[in-house]
Amino acid sequence: MSKDENRIVKGQVKVPYEMALGRTWSYFLDCLKEEKIMGKKCGKCSRVLVPPRSFCPRCFQDIEQWVEVSQEGVVETWVYVNMPFFAQELKIPFISAQIRLDGSNTGFTHQIAGIDLSDFDQVRKTVKLGGRVRAIWRSEKKGSILDIAYFEPVE
Amino acid sequence: MGNAVAIIGTGQTKHGRRQDLCYPELVRESVTAALEDAGITLQDIDGVVLGTMPSMMEGVSSTHFYFAEAMGAVRKPVLKVETCGSTGQSIGHCGFYWVASGMADLVLVVGSEKMSEGDGQATMTTVFEPFFQKTFAAGAPGVFTMQSMEWMYRFKIPEEKGREAAAQISMSNHDNAMDNPHAHIRMRVTMEEVMNARIITYPVRLLDVCPASDGACAVIFASERMAKKICKKPAWIKGIGFRGEEFFYGESDKSIWMSATEAAKEAYQQAGIQDPLKELDVAEIYNPFTYQEMIFYECFGFCPRGKAPDYVLKGTFRKEGQLPCCPSGGTLCTNPIGATGLIRLAEAALQVTGKAGARQVDGARLAMSHAMGGVDQFNGVTIVGAEM
Repeated sequence: MSKDENRIVKGQVKVPYEMALGRTWSYFLDCLKEEKIMGKKCGKCSRVLVPPRSFCPRCFQDIEQWVEVSQEGVVETWVYVNMPFFAQELKIPFISAQIRLDGSNTGFTHQIAGIDLSDFDQVRKTVKLGGRVRAIWRSEKKGSILDIAYFEPVE
Repeated sequence: MGNAVAIIGTGQTKHGRRQDLCYPELVRESVTAALEDAGITLQDIDGVVLGTMPSMMEGVSSTHFYFAEAMGAVRKPVLKVETCGSTGQSIGHCGFYWVASGMADLVLVVGSEKMSEGDGQATMTTVFEPFFQKTFAAGAPGVFTMQSMEWMYRFKIPEEKGREAAAQISMSNHDNAMDNPHAHIRMRVTMEEVMNARIITYPVRLLDVCPASDGACAVIFASERMAKKICKKPAWIKGIGFRGEEFFYGESDKSIWMSATEAAKEAYQQAGIQDPLKELDVAEIYNPFTYQEMIFYECFGFCPRGKAPDYVLKGTFRKEGQLPCCPSGGTLCTNPIGATGLIRLAEAALQVTGKAGARQVDGARLAMSHAMGGVDQFNGVTIVGAEM
C-alpha cells in the first residue's frame, strides 16, 4: 500500500465545437450588427420573444413574424458578480441582469454597465429592480450578443 | 400510480471531502451500506439506475459505464438519468416506475458526486444557453440571487426581513446537521456570523450557501410482494411529481415558479394531501440557498405567497416547529449534487420508518422530499409514508 494515500492526479479536458445557429438566430445577430433588436411574435399566443425563436416554446408552432423591439426596458432582476470562476467571459465585477425590453414578453439576459462598478454601495443607488435601462452598442460589431456592449441605467 | 412500491433500504457515505478514495470506491461505499440496510445482496437486484451531474463535473463521460462494477451493475440492466440538481429525484422516479410497472421486484438507485475533483461552477456554466445567455452566467449563485431578488421585489419583502429570515434558515439547518453523522458541514452558526459572512453575490453570503461535497447515496426500491416478504418497516411511495420549464431563462416567472408548484401539486394529489403544512410531518426539500428555500415553502403551499419570511421568523420550519424542514441539515450542509435529491428521499424514508437516529422527528409518518435541477428549470417531488 502506498504511503501517500490521498494522492491526486491533475488533468483537463479541452474539446472544440462548431455549433450551428440556424436561420433565426443568424438573422437576429445580423440585426444586432445594424443596431436593431429583433424579436419574433408567435401567431398563436401572440407573445414576442427576445431573443427570437424559430418556434414558440409553449405552442410548439413555427414563428414567422419578426418584430423590432425597443432598445430600452425595465430591470426585472440583477446580480452584482465579484467572484471569479473558470473560463468566465466577462471581467469581474460585472452585473448580470434580466431586462424586459419594451414591446417584448420575455426577460432578456445581458449586463448592466456604463457606471462605476467598483463600489457596490454606489451601484445599489443607481441600479434598481423596476428601473429603466437602455442598450449601448459596441462600435466594432462581431456578430455576437456582446454587439450590445451593455445596458446603462436611464435617469 | 401503478403497483405499490416501497423503499426497503438506504445507504449514504460520510459526505465531505473524500480524497481518501477514488470515485468508484465512493459509489461502492453507499451501495454496500444500502444492501446491508435492506438485508439483501447484489444477486437479488433486478436493475440499477444511476444519476450524476453532467460529465464535465469529474471529467469522465458516462458515469453509468464508469461505475458498472462499483454499483454492482455488471450483467444487469442499467439506466442513467441526469437532470443536474434534481437528478436524485429523477433517478428515484425511474426506480419507482421500474418497480411499479411490475417488471422488477428490486431496483437499486444510486446518486453520486465528487465535487472536489472538478469545478462545479464551471460545469454549471455549460448548462446555460450557449449563444445568448452563457456570457452573463455567474453560476448557481448568480441565478439563485437574481431569483431571490425578483421574489422579494414582487412580494415587497423588506430587505432586512428577508435577511433575518434567511439567517434563521441557515442557523436551523446547521443546528440540524449536528445530529446527522453523514453531513458534510457540522458546525453551529450564530445570527451574527451569518449576517457578517463573506459576500458571495449580494445579499447572499457564505453561510447562506451550500458546500461542494463528495458523497453518494443508494436507495433500494421493492415491489409490494417483496417489501412485505423481507422488510419490517417499508417506506411506501405515496406520490410523485415532476415538471420542467423552458430552457431560456427569463421566459417563465421564477418568483412563482410553475415547475416547483405543479410538481408538488401532482405529488400531493397522488398522496391525497390537501393541507401540506398540517398533514406532512417532515419536508426534506432541496435547499442550497437560504433565500431560495423560502420560495420553495410558498410553491409547496406551506404558506401564502410572499409570507414565507413571516412563517420562518415564527419558527414554523425548525425541528421543533409545525413542519420540520430538513432535519438532516439539508442541501445547505451537504451537497454532492448527483446524490443530493436522493439523499432527500433517503432522509424522508428514514424519518417515516423511525430510523433517523438523533435527527428523528418524533412520530413522523408522512414525509416529502424534493430537488431542483438546471437553471431553475426542473423540479421533482417524492412523498413517502409509513402506511401503504
